[in-house]
Amino acid sequence: MDAALIPLLPLLVVGGTALLVIVLDLLPPRDRKGHLGVVALAGVVMALLVSLGLWGREGRAFRGMVVLDNFALFLDVVICYAAALVLLLSTDYLRRNDGERGEYYILVLLSTLGMVLMAAAADLIVIFLALELMSLSLYVLAGFFRGRLAAAEASMKYFLLGAFATGFFIYGIALIYGATGSTALDRIAAATRAGTRDPLLLVGLGLLLVGFGFKISSVPFHMWVPDVYEGAPTSVTAFIATGSKAAGFAALLRVLLSTFKVSQPDWTVLLWVVAVLTMTVGNVVAIAQSNLKRMLAYSSVAHVGYMLIGVVAGGALGAGSVLFYLLVYTFTTAGAFGVILLLERGRREAVDLDDYAGLAGRHPVLALTLALFLLSLIGMPPTAGFAGKFYLFGAAVRSGYIWLAVIAVLNSAVAAYYYLRVVVYMYMRDTEGLPTGPAPSFAGRLALAIALWGIFQLGLLPAPVLDLAQAAVAPLLR
Amino acid sequence: MSNTVWLIPLFPLLGTLLNALFGRWIGRHAHWIAVPALACSFLLSGAVFLRVWNGETFRGDLFPWIEAGTFRTAVTAQVDPLAAVMLLVVTGVGFLIHLYSAGYMHGDPGYARYFTYLNLFVFSMVMLVLAGNFLVLYVFWEAVGLCSYLLIGFWYTRKSAADAGKKAFIVNRVGDFGFGLGVMALWVALGTLDYGTVFDEVETLSPETATVIALLLFMGACGKSAQLPLHTWLPDAMEGPTPVSALIHAATMVTAGVYMVARTHALFERSGVALDVVAWVGGLTALFAATIGLAQTDIKRVLAYSTISQLGYMFAGVGVGAYAAGIFHLVTHAFFKALLFLGAGSVIHAQGGEQDLRKMGGLAPRMVLTTITFLVGAAGLAGLPPFAGFFSKDEILASTYHRGRLWLWALLLLGAFLTAVYIFRVVLLAFFGGPRMSKEVAHHLHESPPVMTLPLGALALLTAVAGVAVGMPSTQGTAFARFLSPVFPLSEEVGHGGLSAYALLVLSVIVAVVGLLFAWLLYGSRPIKVEAIGRPRNRLHALLLNKYYVDELYGFLFVRPLLRVAGFCARVFDLGFIDGIVNGLGQLVVGWARSMRRLQTGYVMNYALMTLLGAVVIVGFLLSR
Repeated sequence: MDAALIPLLPLLVVGGTALLVIVLDLLPPRDRKGHLGVVALAGVVMALLVSLGLWGREGRAFRGMVVLDNFALFLDVVICYAAALVLLLSTDYLRRNDGERGEYYILVLLSTLGMVLMAAAADLIVIFLALELMSLSLYVLAGFFRGRLAAAEASMKYFLLGAFATGFFIYGIALIYGATGSTALDRIAAATRAGTRDPLLLVGLGLLLVGFGFKISSVPFHMWVPDVYEGAPTSVTAFIATGSKAAGFAALLRVLLSTFKVSQPDWTVLLWVVAVLTMTVGNVVAIAQSNLKRMLAYSSVAHVGYMLIGVVAGGALGAGSVLFYLLVYTFTTAGAFGVILLLERGRREAVDLDDYAGLAGRHPVLALTLALFLLSLIGMPPTAGFAGKFYLFGAAVRSGYIWLAVIAVLNSAVAAYYYLRVVVYMYMRDTEGLPTGPAPSFAGRLALAIALWGIFQLGLLPAPVLDLAQAAVAPLLR
Repeated sequence: MSNTVWLIPLFPLLGTLLNALFGRWIGRHAHWIAVPALACSFLLSGAVFLRVWNGETFRGDLFPWIEAGTFRTAVTAQVDPLAAVMLLVVTGVGFLIHLYSAGYMHGDPGYARYFTYLNLFVFSMVMLVLAGNFLVLYVFWEAVGLCSYLLIGFWYTRKSAADAGKKAFIVNRVGDFGFGLGVMALWVALGTLDYGTVFDEVETLSPETATVIALLLFMGACGKSAQLPLHTWLPDAMEGPTPVSALIHAATMVTAGVYMVARTHALFERSGVALDVVAWVGGLTALFAATIGLAQTDIKRVLAYSTISQLGYMFAGVGVGAYAAGIFHLVTHAFFKALLFLGAGSVIHAQGGEQDLRKMGGLAPRMVLTTITFLVGAAGLAGLPPFAGFFSKDEILASTYHRGRLWLWALLLLGAFLTAVYIFRVVLLAFFGGPRMSKEVAHHLHESPPVMTLPLGALALLTAVAGVAVGMPSTQGTAFARFLSPVFPLSEEVGHGGLSAYALLVLSVIVAVVGLLFAWLLYGSRPIKVEAIGRPRNRLHALLLNKYYVDELYGFLFVRPLLRVAGFCARVFDLGFIDGIVNGLGQLVVGWARSMRRLQTGYVMNYALMTLLGAVVIVGFLLSR
C-alpha cells in the first residue's frame, strides 16, 4: 500500500464500507436488510482494529489537511465503539419498527466517516466538511421513522438549528482566515503566536465556539437536545449522544489546545462559566423530567459540563481525562439507551418512568443492567463513571480550580436523585407498565454485554487507559 | 507447646462457626458440637498446664496484625503460670456449665443460638487470657462484653431482658472508654503495647503518668467487674439464662478486671496511688454489695450482689499487693459461685422459672442433691472450713492485716460476717422451713436430670477440696502462690505485731459461724410469714431493698438528662433544622427545575434566539477582555 495513504486508513475503511453497503443495498433481497448491518458492523470493527494497530504512528495527508496522530486514533476507537454498539442495537430494533431500509446503515457509516474525519482534521475547512458530513447524515437519521410526527419534528428542529449554528461556525472560519490568512490549524497557531489580541481573531474564535457548543450541546446551545433525543429513533439518539459528541470534543480540543494556545486565558474563563452553567442546567432540569429519554438528554448535557472541566483544567491530565471520560460516557450512555430500546414493545417506547415500575420483577437482568449503567452515570465505584469523574475533578483540583470541582461534586449529588429515582421505580414499585416481552436479540444482548464490560474494565482498571489517553493528547500540547 | 496453645481457642471458635452457620439444621443437637469443643479445649488446657507446671512458658505471634507507620502489633499469645491457671478455670468451669446448659436450655427455641454465643464467649475469654499485648487484650475485652450483652438479652422478646442487655452494654462502655484511653495513653507514653516491653520499661514512666494510665485501665476493670460506681448492670444481668449468669457473670468474665489488674500489676505498683484506689474501691464494694444482698428477695439477685461483693474482696487482695491471694480467691470463687448459680438454676428449673425466695421453702427433701451441693457452695462462700472460700478469703484478710491496712481489714471482716448472713438466709428460705409455693408448682417439684446434677457434684467437689489441696497457709505461702511465683514474686510477710496468722484464722471462722447463727436466728429458728420477707420494716431496710437508690440516682443524673437532650436533637433539631435544610434544598432545586423547564418551549425560534444570545455574550466577553 502507498505509504501516503496510511494516515487515511481508518477513513478509507469506514468510507469503503459505506460504499460497499450502498452497492449491496441495490442487490436482492429487497425486503431484508439485516445483512447490511452485519457488513457495516464488520467495517466499523475493522476500522477499530486498524486504529488500534496504527497506535503510535504519525503522518499527514492531503498537504497536511488530514493528520494521523494518537489523538485521532484514540477518538477513532471511541467513535468506532459507539458506532458498533449502535449497529448491534439497531438491526432488531429497525425490524420491529418496520424501518428496515439500507439507507439507515449507509447513513450511520457516513456519519461515522464524518466523525472520524473530524478527529483527524488539521484544517478548519476539513473540520467544517467533516462536521457537515456527520450532521447531515444525523439530521436524516433523526427523522428516519418517517411516519412518526415526533421523529419528523426532531429531524426538522435538528436540521434548522444545526444549520443556524453552522452559519456561525463558517463565519468564524472566515474571520479567522481574514485575520491570519490561513485555515490550516498550525499556520493559524503560528500567526497568533505574536501575542497581540487581534479582535478579528477573537470574534472568529467566539463564533467557532458557538458552532462547537452546538455540536457538543453545551448551555446555551443545548435547547435542541431534549426534543431531538426524544423524537429520534432510540438507536440514533444513542449515536447522537455518543459519537457526535466525541467528534465535537475532538475538534474542540484540537482547535483550542493546539491552535489557540495563546488565547488560553481567554477561553479558559469562558469555558469555566459554560461548564458550570452546562452541568447545573442539565442536572437541575433533568430532575423535572418524567420521560426517560428526555431525562437522559439533560443528563448528557450535564456530562458535557463535566467534560468541559477537563478542557478548563488543560494539560495532559485535564485533556486526557476528557478523552477517558468520552470513552466511559460512550459505553455508559449507549448501554442505557440500549436498555430503553430493548424494552420497547409493540411500537410503544418504554420512556415513561411508570413503564419501569417493577421492572426488576419482569426483567431482572435488564433491570440490573440499567441500574448498573445509571450507577455509572452517577459515578459510583467500581463503575467507570467513578473513575472518569475522579480524573476530571482531580485534574481540576490539580490545576487549582477548586471551586469548579466543588460545584461539579455538588452537581453529581443532585444528579444522583434523578438516576436513583429510576432504580427506585424498577426495584421498589409494584409491577405495572409494559407487559413482559420476548427476550432481547443476541445482538442486543451482545451490545449490553460489551457496554457492561466497558464500564467495569474502565472502572476497575482505569490507569492503563488513562495513560493511553494522556499519551493521545501529547501531540496537541507540543 | 505453640501448636497446643492455639488449639485451645480454636475449638470453641469452630463450634461457634458451625452452630452459627448450620444452627438451623443442627437445632436441638447443638450441644453435640459445643460441649465436645469445650471438652477438647479443657483437655488441651490441662496439657498446657502440666507443661507450665514443669517450668515451661510460651510466647508467640500468631500473625502480624496492624502495621501502620511506627505502630505495629501482632496477635500475640503468652502462657505463664497465671495464664495457665486462668485457662484451666475458664475451660474447666466453662465445660461444666456447657454440660449443665444442655439440660437447662433443653427445648428452648434458640438452642443453637445459645450455644453459638456461649462458645463465642469461651473463645473470646480464652483469647483475653492468652493475650500477650494490650491491644489483643482490649479487643477480646470488648468481645466478651459483646457476648455478655448477647446472652443477657438472649430472651430478647422480654423487654426487661433486652433492657438489661442494653444497660450492661452501656455501663460497660463507660468503663471501656477509660480502658481504651488507658491503652492509648500507654502507647503514647511508651510507644509499645507489648506486655513484656511495657513491664520492662515501666520504670521509665513518671509515677504521675503511671497513675493516670493505671487509673484509666482500672476504670475498665470497674465496669467489667461491676465495682463501685459501675456495679449497677450486674444485678440486672440476671435476666439472662442462669447458666450464663454462672459462667459469665460469676465465674469468668466479671473476674477479667481482677485478672487485668494482676496482670499489669507492674504499672499499678509504679503508681502506688492507683493500687490504693484499687484496694479501697474493692473493700468498699465488698461491704456495700453485701449489705444489699441482705435484703433482696430474688435468689439470683442475692447471688449477683454476692458476686459484686466477692469481686470486691479480690480487688482488695490485689490492691494490697497480695496478687496470688486475689487470684486464688478468683479461682475458688469461680467454683463455689458457679456452683451456687447452677444450684439456683436447678431450683428455678424445678419450680418452672420461679426466682422469688418468698415462693420457695422446704425444697430440701424433694431436691436432695441440689440441696447438698448448694450447702457446700454456701459454706464455701461464707468461708467455713474446710471449704475453698475459707482459705482464699482468709488469705486476703490476713494479707490486708499484715500489711497494716487495719481499716480495710475491718471493712472486709464485717463484709465476711454479712456474707455468711445473706447466703444462709437464702439457704434457709429456699430449702428449709415450710413450702410457700402454689400447690401446682409443689406438685411438679423434681430433682434435675443428671446432666445438670453432674456439674453440681463436680463443682461441689472442687469447692470442698481445692482449698485444702493448694490453699494451706504455710511459712512459704500457699502452694498456689508458689506456683504463681514466677509472675508474682513471693513477698516476705513482715510481722507487725498484733494478732498472729493463727489467731486471724480463728477469728475468720468465728465471724462466719456467728453470721450463720444470726441467719438461723432470723429465718430458721421459727416459722416465718411470707409477708414478712422483703417488706421494708424500717428506713434502713428500705434503703437496702432499693439498693441505696443508685439506679434512681443515675437515672436522675445521667439517663433522663441524656434522654431529654437526645429527644431534643431527634425531634426538634434533626427533624426541624437538619431535615428542614435538606428538604428545603430539595424543594428549591425542584422548583428551579420546574421554572427552567418552562424555557424549553418547543419553538425553534426561541431556541435560535437563545443560540444568538449565547453567541453575542461569548463574542462580547472575548472582546471585552
